[in-house]
Amino acid sequence: MKMYLTNILADPEKIQRLLDIALTSLWPLLEGALYYTLPLTFISFFFGIILAVLTALARISTSKPLQIIGRIYVSVIRGTPLLVQLFILFFGLPTVGIVIDPFPAAVFGFSLNVGAYASEVIRAAIQSIPKGQWEAAHTIGMNYTQTLRRIILPQATRVSIPPLSNTFISLVKDTSLASLILVTEMFRKAQEIASANYEFLLLYTEAAIIYWLICFILSLIQDRIEHRLGRYVA
Amino acid sequence: MISIKGLYKKFGELEVLKGIDLEVNKGEVVVVIGPSGSGKTTLLRCLNILEVPTAGSITLNGHTADFSKQVAKNEINYFRSETGMVFQNYNLFPHKTALENVMEGPVIVKKEPKDVARKKAVSLLNKVGLGDKFDFYPFQLSGGQQQRVGIARALALEPKVMLFDEPTSALDPELVGEVLQVMKDLANEGMTMVVVTHEMRFAQDAADEVIFIDEGKVIERNKPSELFTNPKEERTRQFLNLIL
Repeated sequence: MKMYLTNILADPEKIQRLLDIALTSLWPLLEGALYYTLPLTFISFFFGIILAVLTALARISTSKPLQIIGRIYVSVIRGTPLLVQLFILFFGLPTVGIVIDPFPAAVFGFSLNVGAYASEVIRAAIQSIPKGQWEAAHTIGMNYTQTLRRIILPQATRVSIPPLSNTFISLVKDTSLASLILVTEMFRKAQEIASANYEFLLLYTEAAIIYWLICFILSLIQDRIEHRLGRYVA
Repeated sequence: MISIKGLYKKFGELEVLKGIDLEVNKGEVVVVIGPSGSGKTTLLRCLNILEVPTAGSITLNGHTADFSKQVAKNEINYFRSETGMVFQNYNLFPHKTALENVMEGPVIVKKEPKDVARKKAVSLLNKVGLGDKFDFYPFQLSGGQQQRVGIARALALEPKVMLFDEPTSALDPELVGEVLQVMKDLANEGMTMVVVTHEMRFAQDAADEVIFIDEGKVIERNKPSELFTNPKEERTRQFLNLIL
């Protein structure tokens, strides 16, 4: 480490070369983030949350079959590595004639993952709303769907923002796994550039910084949402 | 208006109501008293089928729900639409303002146009003395104010019967009066009311009939003046001695 730094600092040409590489690779990396990492994150999170709400409702429903389906889904997804799931979807399924392109395969895999993890968050949030809220809604004539949509979910949303932000930020970083099923997202771009010029430390650090910046901005957004939803709480 | 026949309610092994028979006439104010665990709150919650009784029947305005069979959804809906309920802990919707709490039922359930519902909500909140609190969230209101919003919310659906489940039990003593006053006004307007309460003053002032319940059975029922001064049953006497 010390040798590496001393060698570089003693050599202005080397510094210039590293700066050049850092600058010229910046756009390709950002491109990977803008075209793949971020869309992959947002699309997967969108479908994942829909899946999570449905799964949470299935698990708190009175129907035994629905409860069991929800339970098995969560157990299988949480009990197997994300990377293995992605490999099954992309490299495994073609064996039985199902061929999915890298990007949709990644969206599919990540959505299933978010759905399983977030369903537990949403289930807990729904169950944290006092029973009196359901009863009050029923006494003014609201049915299950109306109560859920107008009374329970808005309150559950507030409770679930911090843990869901965790899921979201994890997802941003997990998308780097898509590089292994040939999605040219940011980390894969970094790998490609580094394998050409051998500046692994530089490229991977640069990618890490961009991931961190994205997550930092997201957590700022989280603060704003929490603040907004907290306005009716003492 | 309400006729309860042979009502039973079991929670698992625990039998809370053991054959209740009760009539409530239109415009009557019936106060239900009894020791804690006597089943008075459960009885009230059976009246709008928030709890489904195990056996017996309730007739409301000629609609009969027979609990020896599965109760149809539209029957439950009828009971809910004809009754308004006020809870001990108010149960206001915390993410909605006072006005929105009152408008919610008319707009979402009855599909009333928003401006119509708003006008009605404004006049109801004025009526319960909260004309200056329309845009306050529940957490910004005192307990007494929250409970009055709760009453306005129930009234917004124009119920034929109002059910009160210990409406002042969670309130600081100095806030009890304002809620009882709203309830008395309502009684004077001829609203049919069933009130579970420990406020014997309210029972004396506003009730047409007081019903004493113990261990899931109606022990005694009479005019308040009679029941309080001259109880016929030993158990009623013991209870009144404890609380008066």
